[in-house]
Amino acid sequence: MALALLFFLIRSLPGDPLAVLSEDRPLTSEQVRDLQRRYQLDQPLGAQFTAFMGGAVRGDFGTSIQYGRPVRQLVLERLPRTLLLGATVLLINFTLGLWLGVQQALHRGRPLDRILTTLSLTGYATPSFWLGLMLVLVFAVRLHWLPAAGSQDPGLDGAGVLTVVLDRLRHLILPALTLAAVSIASSMRYQRAAMLEALRQPYVAAARARGLTEGQVTWGHAWRSALPSVLTLFGLWLPILVVGAVFVEQVFAWQGLGSLTAGAAAARDYPLLMGTAVLATAAVVTGSLVSDVLHALLDPRARAE
Amino acid sequence: MTPRRAALHTVWRRPAGRAGLIALALLALLALIGPLVLPDPTAQGDLLNGALLPPGSGHLLGTDQLSRDVLSRIVTGLRLSLIIGLASACLAVALGAAVGLIAGSRAGMVDTVLMRIVDALLAIPRLFVLLLVLAVWDRVPIPALVLLLALTGWYGTSRLVRAETVRLRGEDFVRAAEALGAGRLRIALHHLLPNVAAPILVAGTLGVGDVILLEAGLTYLGLGIRPPTPSLGGMVLDSRSVFVTAPWTSIFPGLVIVLTVLSVNLVGDALRDALDPRSA
Amino acid sequence: MTPLLEVRDLRVSFPAAGGRTIHPVDGVSFSLERGRTLALVGESGCGKSLTGLALLRLVPPPGRVDDSSVIRLEGKDLMSFDEAAMRVVRGGRIGMVFQDPMTSLNPVLTAGDQIAEAVRAHRPVTRQEARARAAALLGEVGIADPARRLDEYPHQLSGGMRQRVMIAIALAAEPEIIIADEPTTALDVTVQAQILELLDRLRLERGMAVLLITHDLGVVAGRADDMCVMYAGQIVERASTRQVFEAPAHPYTHGLFGSVPTIAGPRERLTPISGSVPPPAAWPTGCRFAPRCPERFARCDSMPSLRRAGPGHDARCWLTGDEA
Repeated sequence: MALALLFFLIRSLPGDPLAVLSEDRPLTSEQVRDLQRRYQLDQPLGAQFTAFMGGAVRGDFGTSIQYGRPVRQLVLERLPRTLLLGATVLLINFTLGLWLGVQQALHRGRPLDRILTTLSLTGYATPSFWLGLMLVLVFAVRLHWLPAAGSQDPGLDGAGVLTVVLDRLRHLILPALTLAAVSIASSMRYQRAAMLEALRQPYVAAARARGLTEGQVTWGHAWRSALPSVLTLFGLWLPILVVGAVFVEQVFAWQGLGSLTAGAAAARDYPLLMGTAVLATAAVVTGSLVSDVLHALLDPRARAE
Repeated sequence: MTPRRAALHTVWRRPAGRAGLIALALLALLALIGPLVLPDPTAQGDLLNGALLPPGSGHLLGTDQLSRDVLSRIVTGLRLSLIIGLASACLAVALGAAVGLIAGSRAGMVDTVLMRIVDALLAIPRLFVLLLVLAVWDRVPIPALVLLLALTGWYGTSRLVRAETVRLRGEDFVRAAEALGAGRLRIALHHLLPNVAAPILVAGTLGVGDVILLEAGLTYLGLGIRPPTPSLGGMVLDSRSVFVTAPWTSIFPGLVIVLTVLSVNLVGDALRDALDPRSA
Repeated sequence: MTPLLEVRDLRVSFPAAGGRTIHPVDGVSFSLERGRTLALVGESGCGKSLTGLALLRLVPPPGRVDDSSVIRLEGKDLMSFDEAAMRVVRGGRIGMVFQDPMTSLNPVLTAGDQIAEAVRAHRPVTRQEARARAAALLGEVGIADPARRLDEYPHQLSGGMRQRVMIAIALAAEPEIIIADEPTTALDVTVQAQILELLDRLRLERGMAVLLITHDLGVVAGRADDMCVMYAGQIVERASTRQVFEAPAHPYTHGLFGSVPTIAGPRERLTPISGSVPPPAAWPTGCRFAPRCPERFARCDSMPSLRRAGPGHDARCWLTGDEA
């Protein structure tokens, strides 16, 4: 249903994409007609929609105006790199982020808690594209520790596996850190709240009365019972990642879906834009499905329903 | 003390809220008075000798590649961001509240349909919708931008308001009003609305921050506010070619965004803590 | 015979508004003997639950047990133990059964996991051994088909079964003392008797001492050998259960009996105690029960100490015999 809305949203707008496109390159009326036919802009709205939905189901989103290649191809090409970036950020968020959130809960009210809250809020308030630029300025330009852009060094063909892996890692660090900095706030906050709630429960005190160590009580009992609700966070967090990736990939020239979207937006490439938008929506929907599943897996009470 | 005053008072009490309010007040002051005392942000000075000057005398924050004063551009951009943020947040909240009230008080088919639509809309990442729509315009007029931002930002509020409305509907005072023959609109406006005002206020405040970030991002991608109108996101965009040699063109606009959004969020958080005793 | 547990002058402090300190447990003394049950009786808010927690030094912050308190377990003062040593005591020498098993059991872990965890915390056993031990314990507490119950979650068990699981956990490391904090309050009446039976049986089988914390006099009768009545942080009467039931020496205890409905005997009007329990901040400097006491007289403005009412029977009241 989201797809339908999306489609109508676009098509019902004023403005002619071809007009924008032809700003730079004057087209003959012949070419205009040809393009119109190619992109089906000359069909009535209803027909366009059906064609779109039909194509969408099959995974065919038409041809990119910018590149002249099928949208699907472009998307698939770039997907792995975005997945790599996304997975790394996910890892950071759900390990460091959760751990910091627990620490905040344990030291609630004390300086550490306050500092971490302020830091994470600042991160949330930071535009990801700007942060990326700043990190590049510091680490790539001034310190020369890390590369400024791209996902790999082009001159490494034939080099050993270790060199390649290291190179990839070096390229991955800054974009991943940027994206993580901006999104970690919500993970931390959620975990903190869930942990505080769990620590309040009688079963935590009961666990202590059994002679368990503080570590066992904190992680084996409190954290474990807070886990299901924290994992539902995953579904809410994914949209932040998806949106952030658009900016971060653009800044770091990371050839993934994010920069694809950014470029498509700038060039008014509708088919491509639609394609990535649909994919983004699908990702978000899948994300919430996954969190629901995870929740059921981890919380025996949910399974009973 | 009116509820509004009480809320402000509670925000003031908390150090984070106080810091946020102070920062916000300063920024607002800057945005209001700045353009009056600072040089013209669009004025290009001596392109040969005046471009890319580091912060120093004459130009507190330096100049950009077109010899324009960075500080005054920042202030003008800030003003624009604040206005857009406030306007669209207000609109979004109004829209969300309206939908939420309707859904919550009608129940049945209307409620289900409306909420299903909201769910579907929520699934589409906001940025993508904005990108798709804005891609149509070469140069989007500001009111349209505000409207667009509002139209994509009301979903959360509507859910909140609906939940509250449903809860309140069961309360006795609503039934009493109904029994006295009060019309639906009157009940909605007079009885329900004041009670949902608190969460709406919080949602609205936090929405402002999100909008400012979005607007900056859109401008950075080339789709929001277009030159020569100064905007914070636009300044970061313009600085891309020169930020290595002239970092101040990039650093300061970004810092201002961070500060603004941070203070808005701090105030919003403090408001939320003040109005809803649940959070730790 | 030296008592198993000797508590002397136990005091718990909590910071209160205005920089003051309150003592919800204020100078409590009693002792536990092997194989006997001591009931700690009082209304809610008198500090009895806190006393139980204090014995394990688990008073929730910002509260703390005063250093002047003495808790002697087989001669050794627990107040001098460090955290590691206390962890050995908790569960290993003193086990605790909590009030509401629904909230005192972790909902995301199975019953078996929680019991086995307690076993492994005190004995170096393998996972399988711990699991076998857990099954054995479930059998001992009267749960049928223990092997199946091991893998069930708390919400799948009935209230009575959950409390049995709690008892099993408390027994896991073979403690010598069991503190049962209102073990039956959250249960149905029929199940209550079963649980109390169970506790009794286990006590006799293992020669444990049981500290039974309750507000219910019906629970005390027939189950506890000795009892202490608590009011406003202090012990106001202590003796063997029979002595107290036959001849209560403190006006508060009197009042408690008068307000309990009984099946046997003529139908009399219930006489509740007038007024309500004052919060710690409002405790008078003299006898704390005085404001509600029908026998109050001038001397009650100063705090009575525990005075002898009979052999092994003390009461904190000026009306009682001589100094204890």
